[in-house]
Amino acid sequence: MSDFKTLMKDGLWDNNVVFAQMLALCPTMAVTTSGTNGLGMGLATTAVLVVSNILVSLIRKTVSDQVRIPVFVVIIATLVTVVDMALNAWLHELYKVLGLFIALIVVNCAILGRAEAFAVKSSIPASIVDGLAMGLGFTGALTVIGLIREFLGSGTLFAQASNLLGPSFAFLEVQVPGYGGALLMILPPGAFAVLGFLLAGKRVLDARLEARSAAAAAPASA
Amino acid sequence: MAHYLFLLIGAVLVNNVVLVKILGLCPFMGVSKKLETAYGMGAATTFVLTLATGASFIIDHYLLIPFGLEYLRTLSFIVTIAAIVQLTEMVIAKTSPMLQQVLGIYLPLITTNCAVLGVPLINISHSYGFMESLLFGAGSAIGFSLVLVLFAGIRERVDGAEVPLPFKGAAIAMVTAGLMSLAFMGFAGLDRY
Repeated sequence: MSDFKTLMKDGLWDNNVVFAQMLALCPTMAVTTSGTNGLGMGLATTAVLVVSNILVSLIRKTVSDQVRIPVFVVIIATLVTVVDMALNAWLHELYKVLGLFIALIVVNCAILGRAEAFAVKSSIPASIVDGLAMGLGFTGALTVIGLIREFLGSGTLFAQASNLLGPSFAFLEVQVPGYGGALLMILPPGAFAVLGFLLAGKRVLDARLEARSAAAAAPASA
Repeated sequence: MAHYLFLLIGAVLVNNVVLVKILGLCPFMGVSKKLETAYGMGAATTFVLTLATGASFIIDHYLLIPFGLEYLRTLSFIVTIAAIVQLTEMVIAKTSPMLQQVLGIYLPLITTNCAVLGVPLINISHSYGFMESLLFGAGSAIGFSLVLVLFAGIRERVDGAEVPLPFKGAAIAMVTAGLMSLAFMGFAGLDRY
């Protein structure tokens, strides 16, 4: 059980796909013009990641080492095609916004990376937890970046959520009164800058946490 | 003729894959620490991306569309790209040991470069013809190499600068990329054609 806890913590913070591993940068930057887009993209990626982890873990004993990468790529591409068609059918508005980047989940290095680094060596339950943790960590990162850019760029939070994700998400929508927004944050330069500052922020936070745990451990050892 | 020229210039500068379209960031961040590796990666990507746009156009128009299999685009393109990368690797290994030394280690990385899959898909969504697809692919690749080399040059300088501690490494690289992207936004004025 504690094993699953470490997996969760790893995916959500310590080994976060975006903030720690610096993988999957293209979707991270490109679709995070709003919190809603980030959330939608994150959830779509999580779905692909969990199922691909399960499938890879299932076939790990039958696929030989030489052909494993092409096999993984085909599995992932098939899943992405399914997600692409599902979004097109049921969440068409979101599909139009994310556009090209749904298909590009195929080349999201995080998914192939998890298949290679984890699922191919692990049991099915552990692979599911790992996929979920990594996926949610990715979703969290995308949503945070999206929210910051949206807040600075257009003065809203989760705008269009009811339109893109379904009417039940309407409660998320917030509009900051009297703020027109700085367009720059919505444009690509804003994405790079926000991620840069978040990376620096995470490093400061990690250093503080480490100093605190070191201070807590010091009297015990002395 | 002018139309092709503008398409090429537009792909290199105005709609730069990395800084404006935000594709291919993993190699952009990953192999831009040294100028030499940036040259190698740029050359290898240019070669594969141009080839991939041509091949995916042929597959789309003569295989997928006639049989009504458009939904297999993502799947067939990624397999094509992987095959092209593998083929290039084999051909280079047999014919030119010198080229292999320069490009060898970068080739496997290209399969997961989202620009290589993204550009063919953009070509299709713009319904470009064969020549246009090739030019757009080549232009995007040149644009990718251009910013990769520029960025590597800047990063080599930034490494020697006194950066606030939390910003060292990846964080300052991101901010630098943001400033470069801001500069490239200026090319948008060229796009009147």
